[in-house]
Amino acid sequence: MAVVFDKPHALSPVPFHYCPGCTHGIVHRLVAEAIDSLGIEGDTIGIAPVGCSVFAYNYFECDMIEAAHGRAPAVATGVKRTNPDKIVFTYQGDGDLAAIGTAETVHAVTRGENITIIFINNAIYGMTGGQMAPTTLPGQVTTTSPYGRNPIVQGNPIRVCEMLSTLDGLAFAQRVAVDTPAHVNQAKKAIEKAFKNQIEKKGLSIVEVLSTCPTNWGMTPGDALQWMRDNMMPYYPLGVYKDVDAK
Amino acid sequence: MSNKVLMKGNEALAEAAIRNGCIYFFGYPITPQTELAEYMAKRLPKVNGVCLQAESEVAAINMVLGAASSGVRAMTSSSSPGISLKSEGISYMVGSDLPCLICNVQRGGPGLGGIQPAQQDYLQATKANGHGDLHLFVVAPASVQEMVSLVGRAFDVADTYRVPAMILADGALGQMMEPVDFDAALSERRELPEKTWATNGHGGKRKKNIVNSLFINPDELEKSVLERYQRYAKIEENEVLYEETMVEDADIVIVAYGITSRICKSAIEMARAEGIKVGLVRPITLWPYPKAALAKAAETAKHFLVVELNMGQMVDDVKVATNCRRPVSFFGRTGGMLPTAEDVLAEIRKINGGIR
Repeated sequence: MAVVFDKPHALSPVPFHYCPGCTHGIVHRLVAEAIDSLGIEGDTIGIAPVGCSVFAYNYFECDMIEAAHGRAPAVATGVKRTNPDKIVFTYQGDGDLAAIGTAETVHAVTRGENITIIFINNAIYGMTGGQMAPTTLPGQVTTTSPYGRNPIVQGNPIRVCEMLSTLDGLAFAQRVAVDTPAHVNQAKKAIEKAFKNQIEKKGLSIVEVLSTCPTNWGMTPGDALQWMRDNMMPYYPLGVYKDVDAK
Repeated sequence: MSNKVLMKGNEALAEAAIRNGCIYFFGYPITPQTELAEYMAKRLPKVNGVCLQAESEVAAINMVLGAASSGVRAMTSSSSPGISLKSEGISYMVGSDLPCLICNVQRGGPGLGGIQPAQQDYLQATKANGHGDLHLFVVAPASVQEMVSLVGRAFDVADTYRVPAMILADGALGQMMEPVDFDAALSERRELPEKTWATNGHGGKRKKNIVNSLFINPDELEKSVLERYQRYAKIEENEVLYEETMVEDADIVIVAYGITSRICKSAIEMARAEGIKVGLVRPITLWPYPKAALAKAAETAKHFLVVELNMGQMVDDVKVATNCRRPVSFFGRTGGMLPTAEDVLAEIRKINGGIR
């Protein structure tokens, strides 16, 4: 009998701790599928962040390291520079990558570290309970912007792919979403390409995934997906921001 | 024939690391340790190593964390303000049981302080190199030659017990030129455990490894800390280093480490010429601390004098080690100022007058 659907081998057979409707689960699966299809599990070292995906080290079957908040790209640099033939990826949220770890992110990119970054942008700090993130939208209510983010007081959101695509070391940057089957397929291709680029030693690849946080947004999972489409996609347009392969 | 070469302390530190199998260096420029990074930048590409200038001290120590996770010998170096920045990563390395070498070529503080030699990071190095219950294996060399021989020792202890090690030097040692014999420094080798915990790709041949300092259940976290403290106990049992000079008949025992101990040795010679019986206990490991040597000295000595380039950060350690059996005085300069042997001699005379 042919198997038509199975759990990827690179995804550990353990229950996730994520909230119902959270999109981390989908993205974890896509990363594991990419690792499986490229046959690189035994050569891969993943770096988990601090944030909701802090336990990612329990969810992938490859070797894993748990980094300090924001430092995953620096840790990945240390791993890759000592193991240039191994595959190294970081999995980071918006607070981790674009606030406390901005320096580590920007400099790993500008050095052209040959690594893969999976960036989850859900416009909020999930693990600590819904505080303002560097990607929180203007007007968005969080526990630390209870009257809505006011750019005059709290500053403006960061568009990460746009910012990083100005840097020479970047090989590939694409912003995707996982709100529909079509978008999930697009995200799957982007993530696989981001790993393939590393195998082909092209430089740093980043895939930004627009994600939802129903719990801290205070919405049902379905409403959260719609809110993301209506509010996040206009501010953070999907698309390829850099691709060294493009002619 | 000896193979002595004349080298600056910072450069000798770098060369010693390479000769002890460390070809991965991650750093950030700061006076007075920059020559170390410059030396690494010149030498490491020639031995297929990596010298990477990080965007910050914070990033540099995390690069060391990544490299150490792979199972290689890796190091970083800095000076006081930079070590404060590294303390986050140091704590994570302790929590993740990762060996590495960190060099602190101390300068004056607090804050930006100054760039002249100091020993103002003693408490930070021995008591609180980061958050959480933790220790580093901390050694304080007193010469360029000793600095070189302690590099190998520090790496070996780090690898044996899975702890970060620190060379606590100072701006004087880093900048001074002295003859060094690298062959003599490589004398003793020890059996090192295999790094079966390294995250360098399981290759389908073993279960996955995880390098991690997070234990969300308090009972598991407590268990992990207790296990680490068992290793600390072994370090305290097996790895204490110190030097004694004329302690046996001494009425006054000076306790000093690093560059300061050399000034004290001159003062002791001068005092002995005057008939004052002075000796020296020089802690070489600052953690673990040579408690037993000091307790033994307290049986015969009448008075202890701690001399440091700070405001007396080691005094309490001497009081605890000697169980406060004898008075403990302190003399020091701070902020980058160095005492002369005559200054120390004057303190010795004062104490000697009090004893009589």
